[in-house]
Amino acid sequence: MSLLDLPGARERRVRTGGIELCVVELGDAARPTVVLVHGYPDSKEVWTEVAKQLAGQWHVVLYDVRGHGRSTAPKPLRGGFTLEKLTDDFLAVADAVSPDRPVHLVGHDWGSVQSWEFVTVKRTEGRIASFTSMSGPSLDHFGHWIKQRMSRPTPRRVGQLLGQGAKSWYVYMLHTPVLPELAWRGPLGKQWPRMLQRLEKVPAGDYPTSSLPDDAAHGAWLYRDNVRARLSRPRTDAYAHVPVQLITPTGDVFLSEKLYDQLEVWAPQLVRRSLDGKHWVPRTRPDRLASWIDEFVAANEAAAEDGRPVQDTVPSGAYAERFGGQLVLVTGAAGGIGRATAFAFAEAGARVVAVDRDAEGAARTAEMARLIGAPAAWGEAVDVSDEQAMEKLAEKVAAEYGVVDVLVNNAGIGLSGSFLDTTSEDWRNVLDVNLWGVIHGCRIFGRQMAERGQGGHIVNTASAAAYQPSRALPAYSTSKAAVLMLSECLRAEFADRSIGVSAICPGIVNTNITATARFAGADAAEEQRLRKRTSRLYGLRNYPPERVADAILKAVVRNQAVVPVTPEARGARLLSRLSPGALRGIARLKPPL
Amino acid sequence: MTSAVKDQRAPELEGFREVQRLAYACAEAVAGRLRPGVTEREAARMQRDWLRERGVRDWFHLPFAWFGDRTAFAGFKVPLQFFPTDRRLEPGMPFILDMAPVYKGFTADIGYSGCLGLNPLHDRLLADLEDHRELILREVRERRPLREIYEDVERLMIRQGYANRHRAYPFGVIAHKVDRVVERRWAPQVFGFGTRSLKGLLSDALHGHREGWSPLWSPYRFSDHPPQPGLWAVEPHLGFRGTGAKFEEILVVTDSKDPEQSAFWLDDDLPHVRRWAEERVAA
Repeated sequence: MSLLDLPGARERRVRTGGIELCVVELGDAARPTVVLVHGYPDSKEVWTEVAKQLAGQWHVVLYDVRGHGRSTAPKPLRGGFTLEKLTDDFLAVADAVSPDRPVHLVGHDWGSVQSWEFVTVKRTEGRIASFTSMSGPSLDHFGHWIKQRMSRPTPRRVGQLLGQGAKSWYVYMLHTPVLPELAWRGPLGKQWPRMLQRLEKVPAGDYPTSSLPDDAAHGAWLYRDNVRARLSRPRTDAYAHVPVQLITPTGDVFLSEKLYDQLEVWAPQLVRRSLDGKHWVPRTRPDRLASWIDEFVAANEAAAEDGRPVQDTVPSGAYAERFGGQLVLVTGAAGGIGRATAFAFAEAGARVVAVDRDAEGAARTAEMARLIGAPAAWGEAVDVSDEQAMEKLAEKVAAEYGVVDVLVNNAGIGLSGSFLDTTSEDWRNVLDVNLWGVIHGCRIFGRQMAERGQGGHIVNTASAAAYQPSRALPAYSTSKAAVLMLSECLRAEFADRSIGVSAICPGIVNTNITATARFAGADAAEEQRLRKRTSRLYGLRNYPPERVADAILKAVVRNQAVVPVTPEARGARLLSRLSPGALRGIARLKPPL
Repeated sequence: MTSAVKDQRAPELEGFREVQRLAYACAEAVAGRLRPGVTEREAARMQRDWLRERGVRDWFHLPFAWFGDRTAFAGFKVPLQFFPTDRRLEPGMPFILDMAPVYKGFTADIGYSGCLGLNPLHDRLLADLEDHRELILREVRERRPLREIYEDVERLMIRQGYANRHRAYPFGVIAHKVDRVVERRWAPQVFGFGTRSLKGLLSDALHGHREGWSPLWSPYRFSDHPPQPGLWAVEPHLGFRGTGAKFEEILVVTDSKDPEQSAFWLDDDLPHVRRWAEERVAA
């Protein structure tokens, strides 16, 4: 779908400084305006998906930067792309589309580089309300960043310089005369769409547009006209006069995250976000970007009205940068690890769906999650082993809240007792919840994630019992070992789709699982006694579920494959690799019950 | 004592009620004077001074104050961490004031949870404490072993989504016995506790040890007995991540056969009880 096919799209042309800019507007012009500025080598179509989602809420404006897409190019090209001229263009567009109200600015790549100029120069003051920056630092800030590292080179700083220097290889290339133009108009221009699909996982479609070879050739002057001049003599007054939201893709091959280390100095009202993705996030992660832009613009509009600083409206927990606004579904969320995980995500500002067969407990988790920072949270009563119920839940979640960004398959039940005492009914129960519950979750929600094609993460709660054999837990360990293997297989398959899969192996954690566990071969009274006793032992161990929750969030951020949590879980994992025989020996010991 | 408390208006109970009211009045007065920037030490001193001005000379324990995540006893490992620090109060921060004055020979031990400004989470915790007050009274009237009641309180907290923070108290107690204290001119303190009251508690412990009960209500085996007649300062304490809330007040247990008379809260006209009543009216 191209931009002009979107409902309500109108195209207009804005004349400025001898050129004509092609501008497209979407949405209600009476609403606050959001201006999206594209990067190199792109045209405004890079924003199509993001613009489509923002248009319901805001007046969205896109324009082709001079020399790109359907805008005309300056003559001569040399000297026609300076940041000063780009600022003139922006002001002309802003005056045309929103003459009496400041606009919200969003920039990607070179769009962000030039937007940094817009928000740090005097003459735009009062014309911009907020700025969302992704994958494009200010050349002035970058210049100071380099100077700092050159003037006091510690090993770490030299490392950072060399790292970014290597990532900027294309900048040097673009400074050579004529060759880049020839390449873009020749083979590179032809290969580019396929390269983007392969390397960046940009979905195929009508992007990049057919104007790409010309855009890229003209755009080379963006670099030649500005980079050397600014990096050698950066402005010392490049302070942002508006609130800035910085979105850093963690897998960007062109820009190091370290570039933004001291950005607070230059942008006092800064909100940071980090996104699991590569460079072309407007194409690969449009949903996430649209929701963050929407949230930031709304917060700024509200702040303009009641005068509260924007940062106060954004959660600031340890993982808020990464999970703010994401949709997280946790099963087994009425207690223990599931509930603690739901709370940890809530504190990071995620929206939470708390699923449990205990309806009251799930509702309670959702209620508390809202109180500690989740912008929204819902409790759902579903038994994970019931396939139809899970299908229904997935449909409902997708329709009402959106596609799940992080899925935590945590629901599980305990079963202890020797193999000969374990009935087939016991086996069925344990496998239904512990294994089939995870399979249903991965299959149904995993498919939604894969079909959306914008990445995601699945966390499965296995157990240290997955690799620690034991004569006391044959059924439980078997179910958990299956979960561990399932997670590792799934991880291999989903890697292509940028969906991470982690298996968490907590170990002995103080949760309610012991109070509801079945003890095969024990009568009711004996079972009650054993439950009490194990609960007491787990209570004495007293490892809090909150720490497991923390390990889960960390596993998602780092995309870890297998995470043993407690020291005993880590020890057993190590032994299972170094000396499995020792573990087999331990497995023969009778547990102290 | 046990026969005296059968009548709720017994002069002895009046004495305890008077000092409990005095302590809560102090908590409310000090809470009203808390401003951003006040430290825990200053808040503790404000309580001490307020009560001294009104004739308090001895203490079961000196006043405490906890601010912010210290209300949830985050990271409390050693008893010294209970003592007031230089932590400063900030807008939106929860606080707890806890004091146990001795007045005219009667002891009270109270806990007051408040918050500087709006904090919906703190409101939720305070509201959820009501169920605990009802549960404790109901099960004490049923003469359930103290240890079982303790476990039921903990279960309710877990169901509500909270952590049981009175586990962090010495011996993990949810309550301890209080009694009359002989007034002497010299009333020294050790580690913030009045020696005369400690002596009372200690003699109770010795006495109870012979008869198979304990003046400390804990999760351990020594609390595996039905409620012992007397006055118990009960303090269920909820913790939720960085926020904590508790109340502490005196529960009267008697040897009466009439369930109503066998146990009752010393006073129902207290800030947290009034707050719940107001909420019900508002709803």
